[in-house]
Amino acid sequence: MAEVKLLGAWGSPFSRRVEMALKLKGVEYEYIEEDLGNKSPLLLKYNPIHKKVPVLLHNGKPIAESLVILEYIDETWKTNPILPDDPYDKAMARFWAKFLDDTCMPAIWQIMWSKENQREKAIEEAIQHLKTLENELKDKRFFGGETIGLVDIAANFIGFWLGAVQEASGMELVNKERFPVLCRWIDEYVNCSVVKQNLPPRDKLIAFLQSRFSASSWKY
Amino acid sequence: MADEVVLLDLKVSPFAARVRIALEEKGISYESKVEDLSNKSSTLLKMNPVHKQIPVLIHNGRPICESMIIVQYIDEVWSHKSSLLPSDPCRRAHARFWADYIDKKIYPIGRNLWASEGEVKESSKKDLVECFKVLEEELGEKPYFGDESFGYIDLALVPFYTFFYTFEILGELSMVAEFPKLVGWGERCLQKETVSKSLSGQKEVYEIILQIKQKLGIQ
Repeated sequence: MAEVKLLGAWGSPFSRRVEMALKLKGVEYEYIEEDLGNKSPLLLKYNPIHKKVPVLLHNGKPIAESLVILEYIDETWKTNPILPDDPYDKAMARFWAKFLDDTCMPAIWQIMWSKENQREKAIEEAIQHLKTLENELKDKRFFGGETIGLVDIAANFIGFWLGAVQEASGMELVNKERFPVLCRWIDEYVNCSVVKQNLPPRDKLIAFLQSRFSASSWKY
Repeated sequence: MADEVVLLDLKVSPFAARVRIALEEKGISYESKVEDLSNKSSTLLKMNPVHKQIPVLIHNGRPICESMIIVQYIDEVWSHKSSLLPSDPCRRAHARFWADYIDKKIYPIGRNLWASEGEVKESSKKDLVECFKVLEEELGEKPYFGDESFGYIDLALVPFYTFFYTFEILGELSMVAEFPKLVGWGERCLQKETVSKSLSGQKEVYEIILQIKQKLGIQ
């Protein structure tokens, strides 16, 4: 019998991406919560290179890195595909997922951790990248078309965590005036059942983020 | 209808080299258009408006960007020969994991080593050595990272083999003493014509890096 386990963390968007994909495909799994301040021997054994969550264990074999895990899940369980069949469309989905992780998210975090005199520049850069993302969305319901796909799952940070970051810090990056299309997607996205089931409790996340921001004496 | 394949290219770029190797492995005829990154062509800006970077593969007029995404595309479209990724999902995940590791670590840390000075350079050297130790261990006794034959991980890493001489001189390292398996692997890969014709020589890469350093005003 196939055995699926997931080492994750409640507040991690990367971990929640994997849960979303597993739930979307109806895969039964055992969830193991990791305390990232006190990493378990299991995590260190199964992800010795990065020592991070999420790690998927399938029949004892570990797979790490959320986008790698998402592709593995899509190739292993064929219900509700998250990637298109066509190689070109697949390449486009991979491109935008990578853009989210390598360009968009770091730019947003850069705002939070940059010094006051560099903050405006950091905000401008993040806005530019979010506009690029919004342009890709255009009039599609989701990045994946009519149903959520790899890019929508990867964009969970934009869909939910960013709102919590904004509330916790007082910084406003995404609003309806600046990003009407992205906000429309966010509304659709968080109301989507498979997404709703795989989000951390908002208040708990905001409280956690607030403590992180105040610990670093970041002031907006 | 004949396929039209164009690569927006740059000889010394390890990322462009990955795509060249993949195209050679599959025996695909293509046109290489070399870019001048200080004066980017209108084609490049049109085909990769997001990053404005090479490599870009243009297949029948449609652009694909990001080297390993291009490699996967090539593998999926020209699936008739020389599979680059294995067919088993677990082995594919393993290959993607290591290509991701190489992307996140080798290029940026390596760049910090040759493009910076003082403390940043020293800590980059330490980090790079750690990364190569990890890769040396992952390779182990296998002839290739892909096991018996040249594959996805090998393709992702081999262009950085051409930077070994640069790392040795600028990092004061001996790659062959510290990473004998990696050096042996690199030489083995270069025995393949598809690889050797796609890569610059190590000394050539070093000369180009020195020119870049001069332009950037780095010692």
